Amino acid sequence: MASQIEKFRVLDLLQLDLRENDALNLKCIGGRPGLIREISVTEINRPGLELGGFYENFAHQRIQIFGRGENAFLQKLAKEKRREEMEKLFTFPIPCCVFTHSLQPTADFFDIAEKAGCAILQTDLSSSEFTMRILRVLSTIFAPKQTVHGVLVEVFGIGVLLEGDSGVGKSESALSLIERGHRLVADDSVEIRRVSGNILMGSGAQVVSHHMEIRGLGIINITHLFGVGAIRDRKQIQLVVQLEYWDAKKNYDRIGAEENTIDILGVHVPCVVIPIKPGRNIPVIIETAARNERLKKMGYYSAREFNKNVMNWLETESTRVKFLNEK
Amino acid sequence: MVERIVTIRNRAGMHARPAALLVKTAAEFESRIYIEKDSERVNGKSIMGVITLGATYNTPLKVIADGPDEAQALDAIEKLFENRFEEE
Repeated sequence: MASQIEKFRVLDLLQLDLRENDALNLKCIGGRPGLIREISVTEINRPGLELGGFYENFAHQRIQIFGRGENAFLQKLAKEKRREEMEKLFTFPIPCCVFTHSLQPTADFFDIAEKAGCAILQTDLSSSEFTMRILRVLSTIFAPKQTVHGVLVEVFGIGVLLEGDSGVGKSESALSLIERGHRLVADDSVEIRRVSGNILMGSGAQVVSHHMEIRGLGIINITHLFGVGAIRDRKQIQLVVQLEYWDAKKNYDRIGAEENTIDILGVHVPCVVIPIKPGRNIPVIIETAARNERLKKMGYYSAREFNKNVMNWLETESTRVKFLNEK
Repeated sequence: MVERIVTIRNRAGMHARPAALLVKTAAEFESRIYIEKDSERVNGKSIMGVITLGATYNTPLKVIADGPDEAQALDAIEKLFENRFEEE
């Protein structure tokens, strides 16, 4: 069910809610009609060569970044020459121009960009800092994405995705986990993006973030009820817990020596199936699964180590019996 | 599996009350029910999921039902949309 995002426009870039070291501090200073242009690639370009008149392999589909160098070059050009160069630049359908360091382009730049229908954006960040941030932001936006039905909680630092049919008790289990000091990332609808190759980042939708629906209570606000310590905005998914009604005919894992995984956007995530039955304290079982996952990450596999001990013991026993029989 | 395109006809769009009504109807059926907007797909039995779609007035949505009572489920859901969720 991996899906492609709809068109991502310059306006969408301006409207992104980015904070702290992700903030792009962008504002539109000209060429407003160009805000509807689409950004289709994650890369950026600094149009130094193009301003110098060299247009071979011009990556015009990328966001064009004008730093101190490019701006100074434009300022230095004689007026006619400048016009000519800029008009040539804007014959290409570039998505938008970004001026860093709060630089102001010249008046004729505004004119030409406006006529060409290309937005001029400005940021107070330095060119290199802006480049790093925008690449990070765009690679997240263009990352493969999938929305799943489930609850994402952080348990002992492990991102646990609870899955299961409606009414099986995902939200109730998550509520219990929150009450025990763990954190809610998203309820009901979890958006997963695959970033940096094989990291699955899960988050909730902005509008309904950190709200939960509990049968009988309705929609509740977790931040207000449990405090800011009970939530987080996004978390890597490291374990999938599938809750299901106890099926007497089904064989559930009794040893746990084998590693079961589930495929999400091409990444294998450890997965455990937990049957629900009266008398089973699901939150405690989920907590234990998360603890066990941490142990595994540290290279310790409880079930395997246990079996190794059993094998050693059996071997010693058989040697002992053999020795005694020989005597 | 059956699917049908429906359109939101109530002015306020898919806010909490229509979403609750939709989820309640969907939950009456055994079939799995999904609602799709553009390329986003959510579980039709999850109220938060349905609200997350951010479906506004005149948005076309695809309703997908899969299971033994899929045809009846689709009809019941379509009826809700036709009746504008009993709203303006």
